[in-house]
Amino acid sequence: MKNCEYQQIDPRALSVSPSSVQNHTEKKVQRLRRKWEVFPGKNRFFCDGRIILARQSGILPVTLGLIVVTCGLFFAFDCPFLVTHLTVFIPVIGGVLSLFVVTSLLRTSFTDPGILPRATPDEAADIEKQIDNSGSSTYRPPPRTKEILINQQVVKLKYCFTCKMFRPPRTSHCSLCDNCVERFDHHCPWVGNCVGKRNYRFFYSFIISLSFLTSFIFGCVVTHITLRSQDGKSLIQAIQESPASVVELVICFFSIWSILGLSGFHTYLVASNLTTNEDIKGSWSSKRCTEESGNPYSYNNIMTNCCVTLCGPMPPSLIDRRGFLPLVAASPATETELPPFPVKNDTNMCTKSTKDVLERLVRSLDSRGRCPPGAPKTTPVAVEISAAATPPAERSPPTGCSRQHAGRHTAAAPCPPFARGRERRDSFQSSNPAFRLASPSPSLSRTFILGEAPDVGFIPPP
Amino acid sequence: GRSFNASLLSSFNIGITGLCFKKVKTHSLQDLRQPAVSSKVFVQRDYNSGTISKFQTKFPSELESRLDKQQFEETIQTLNNLYAEAEKLGGKSYLEGCLACLTAYTIFLCMETHYEKVLKKISRYIKDQNEKIYAPRGLLLTDPIERGLRVVEITIFEDRSIGSGR
Repeated sequence: MKNCEYQQIDPRALSVSPSSVQNHTEKKVQRLRRKWEVFPGKNRFFCDGRIILARQSGILPVTLGLIVVTCGLFFAFDCPFLVTHLTVFIPVIGGVLSLFVVTSLLRTSFTDPGILPRATPDEAADIEKQIDNSGSSTYRPPPRTKEILINQQVVKLKYCFTCKMFRPPRTSHCSLCDNCVERFDHHCPWVGNCVGKRNYRFFYSFIISLSFLTSFIFGCVVTHITLRSQDGKSLIQAIQESPASVVELVICFFSIWSILGLSGFHTYLVASNLTTNEDIKGSWSSKRCTEESGNPYSYNNIMTNCCVTLCGPMPPSLIDRRGFLPLVAASPATETELPPFPVKNDTNMCTKSTKDVLERLVRSLDSRGRCPPGAPKTTPVAVEISAAATPPAERSPPTGCSRQHAGRHTAAAPCPPFARGRERRDSFQSSNPAFRLASPSPSLSRTFILGEAPDVGFIPPP
Repeated sequence: GRSFNASLLSSFNIGITGLCFKKVKTHSLQDLRQPAVSSKVFVQRDYNSGTISKFQTKFPSELESRLDKQQFEETIQTLNNLYAEAEKLGGKSYLEGCLACLTAYTIFLCMETHYEKVLKKISRYIKDQNEKIYAPRGLLLTDPIERGLRVVEITIFEDRSIGSGR
């Protein structure tokens, strides 16, 4: 039905200005952007949003390199000797283990750890309304916490100023990635990503398999050198014959201590259903003297804890990286490609956007003479699409989003170029009444804008 | 699926188009101000049972004029039950987890997880509820997955179709 309505209007629009409509269509087809392109956190995306990494993934190549080099040397120099002297299963086992290690590592690095998307402006305004009843005059309200009861244990939920929401329990904000991550364990530089709810099992299998691999290689290399030196040669001669083994020995020796230690530590965490974050902070350790130390998330059974953490259902990614941004994506070609969720998004956005258009028109006629705030996620697109002629009044709402852009264009035209900063500042101020009273707000809001995602204060309805 | 979306959209747009036709044609300030406000109600998560996905069943006061309390509670309770089914810990989920581990998690590339299947069920349920119960009352439920499972967002549209002078 969307398509039919659009085509009915086309001839009329064509008679008005053919070139602009053609431009409009072309631009629509070109400028379909995915949500990962406007993701506010400090992450990098590859393969059109399929792969997610932290921005600072500097040590991941080192980790990969070390593993690949060690395994390569093992297969090249030690395996031939061991195959002839012992058994052919040695390279087979080695191969399987290395494959498992590399797969787990890549899975840990490239999986979304459980990032929570930031609150929409409406949600943030709603939360602000609920908290800020008194309207204090300080420009930064005191840290907000909410206390809830989980399994008869008091848990404090903190408010995240970056993501503008109360963090769910066990969620923490990673400063390196600038995201709130569910069941946040730690940010691992070796893996180049946060370890959280969705990739903890991959991380755990990575370190366990890596401990097995390093121990295996270490054992094999020691066996190799021993066997060589037993054939009537001295140890030094044996080493001279196979110098690569020494390299492997050194790498494995130093790795084993740290990897085995880490595996042991994480096995303890899994068994008691704790995260590294909670363990380090001592959230549950010294509160009570009972067993399990008052951890409200523990099932008080080692097997259950292990199963839940490692074999539980795999939660989906909440950030929907590959979804399309709500646009006038009403062209038939793109609709067929969209997965179900973004289609629904488009429906909601097209429905709401017409209302937003009217709201903005009202506000633009307001006496304050502010530029209407616009959703920045569509602003860059709007700038491109707004080259289209102002659509005639009879254009139906499936293309109402284009009217939204056109409306914003016409309303934004009288505003000078720095209006974007101004609208952000104003919208930021208006999102929290407390901010309006403060004098240093312009500089503050500027600082906030620099550090924050391009979100917009939605004016709560009066 | 798409036809449902289109029909839902068109049912909203019929009302909205009618409004917009009037407003833009007459170019009157008065007319432009009337339909502008639509508010949103956010049903927050209920963490009393831990970190499982569960929403509060407390009936928001803003919906009192539009919706029955029972209707609302039934919707939320069904959603909670569906999420509980998705996150259920049992033999089936453990089996899926172990199988995934043994195949080095490559099985997720071809197979859909149980959670994803239930999420699809949830989105169908919400669409169904919107069509039958919420859209006729000028409300719109947003699937929580689009809000990061933080809230159930209910958009309240100003009800202009029932005469003027509200």
